[in-house]
Amino acid sequence: MAQATGLPGYLAHHDGDLVAVAVRDLEPGPVEGGYLRGPENVTIELLEPVPLGHKLALTDIAEGQDVIEYGQRVGIATADIPKGGYVHVHNVRSARWQNSVA
Amino acid sequence: MAEQRGLTGFRRENGAVGIRNHTIILPVDDLSNAAAEAVAAVVPGTLALPHAYGRLQFGPDLDLTFRTLIGTGCNPNVASVVVIGIEPNWTDKVADGIAKTGKKVRAFSIERHGDLRTIESAARAAAEFLRDDSEKRREAVQRHEVMLSIKCGESDTTSGLGSCPTTSEAVDRWVDAGGTVLFGETSELTGGEHLIAQRCVNDSVRARFQEIYDNYIEMIERTGANLLGSQPTQGNIRGGLSTIEEKAMGNIAKTGSKPVVGALDSAEAPASGPGLYFMDTSSAAAECVTLMAAAGAVIHLFPTGQGNVIGNPIEPVVKLSANPLTTETMSEHIDLDCSGLLRQEYDLTSAGDQLMEVIDRTINGRLTCAESLGHREFVLTRLYPSA
Repeated sequence: MAQATGLPGYLAHHDGDLVAVAVRDLEPGPVEGGYLRGPENVTIELLEPVPLGHKLALTDIAEGQDVIEYGQRVGIATADIPKGGYVHVHNVRSARWQNSVA
Repeated sequence: MAEQRGLTGFRRENGAVGIRNHTIILPVDDLSNAAAEAVAAVVPGTLALPHAYGRLQFGPDLDLTFRTLIGTGCNPNVASVVVIGIEPNWTDKVADGIAKTGKKVRAFSIERHGDLRTIESAARAAAEFLRDDSEKRREAVQRHEVMLSIKCGESDTTSGLGSCPTTSEAVDRWVDAGGTVLFGETSELTGGEHLIAQRCVNDSVRARFQEIYDNYIEMIERTGANLLGSQPTQGNIRGGLSTIEEKAMGNIAKTGSKPVVGALDSAEAPASGPGLYFMDTSSAAAECVTLMAAAGAVIHLFPTGQGNVIGNPIEPVVKLSANPLTTETMSEHIDLDCSGLLRQEYDLTSAGDQLMEVIDRTINGRLTCAESLGHREFVLTRLYPSA
C-alpha cells in the first residue's frame, strides 16, 4: 500500500551498519530502503511501526551487543532486538555515559 | 549550475571582511541594558545587544566575558560600536579592546551621569556613527576572506543523514578555497572525539584538543548527573536519536574531511592560518554562535532536524533541514530544504551546490530566515557563578 511508492522507506549511512533511519513514518510489513552512499536498495520485513527519523534494525542485535551506525559504535543494546525491530532508548543505551539510562 | 558568483562584503579598517554593516550599542553589564536599548530605540537602524551578565565575575569567567564582548565589537559584520557600562573602568577596557581594529568606538558610563544623560550622549554618538556607516560600500571579496562557522541544533537522525553531510560539502569547499571554518560543541563529540583527535594536524593541536575534551568530561562526571534528556535533548530523543554517541556522529558528519589545524579556547580568534578549527563551546545554540561570532566568524551554517529557530544579532545564521516534517511545518525558519536527499531525489554534491548558492546570496546581502524574523539571541557563556 503506502509503502510501495518507489521512494525509500529508510536509509543507512554505511555498508555494515546494524541500524537504519526511517525517512517517513513506516508501518509493519515489507519496506524498501537503501544507503546514503553505497549499495543498492533492499527490502526488509518491518515488525513494528517506526516513526520518521527513528531507527530500525537491519539485522538481529543481541542484548549487550554494540549498535553500529555511521560505521561506528553509537550505543549498546539493552535487549535482544530482532531484524526489522524498532530501535530507540527502550532498547539502546549510551556506552559512554553509564548514568545514561532511560 | 556551478556558475561563477561574485561575492561582495565590507572590508574593515584592519582588512577583515564582513557581510553585514551593523552599528551596535554594546552594554558591558546587565545594568546598562536599559540605556543601550533606549539608544537603539531613539536611533533606529542601530542594534542593541542586551545580555544578562558582566557584574562580579572573576578569573577565567571574567576573561571569557571580556573576550566575548570585545570580540563581538571586533567582528567584521560590525561597522562601529557604542559601549555603555555602569562605571568607566571596565567600559573603557571593552572599548579599548575593540578600538584596536581601527573601527570607530565611543564609551559611556552611567555613574555620575544617570541613564538619561548617558542615553543622550550615547545617542548623539550612535547617530553620527550610523550616518557614517551608511556610506560604507560593498566591494568584491574572495571566499577565503569570509570566515564561516558551523553548529547544528535540535538534531535528529535526519541531521546526520541530510543537513549535516550537506554542510560538510560547504565546509570542505571553504577549506579548499583557502578559507577558515570554526566548529565546536565539545559535549556533542562524545563517542566520536577520537575521530576529531585523529584529524588534528599535529601532536600539539591534538594535545590541546584532548585537554579541552577531557576537562569537559571531568566537569560532567563531577556532577554525577544523568544527562539523558539534556544530552541528547528531549527534542533529539523525540526525533529518534537514542544516545550521545549517535548525536556526536551526526555532529561530526558536518565537519567535512579536512585536517583540524587548531583547537581554540571559547571566543578565541583563529590565528594560525586558514583551515578548519575546533573551538571549545557549549552545544547550546545561542551560546555557541555568540562565541563563534566573537572569534570573528561572519556567516553561520546551522543544520537542524526538529527545528531550532536560533539567530544571532551580528552573524547571519543560515538554517538547513532534511526533515520533511520540519521543512513543511516551520518553513519560515528554513533557508534550505534538503529533504530531497531522504527521497533519493538528488545526491550530496547537488545538495552542496544548493547550499553554496544560499550561502553566496546571504553573503551578498540576502537576509536569512532568522534575520527576517528578528532572531537576535546573544548569550554569554558562564564558567561558574559570580562572586
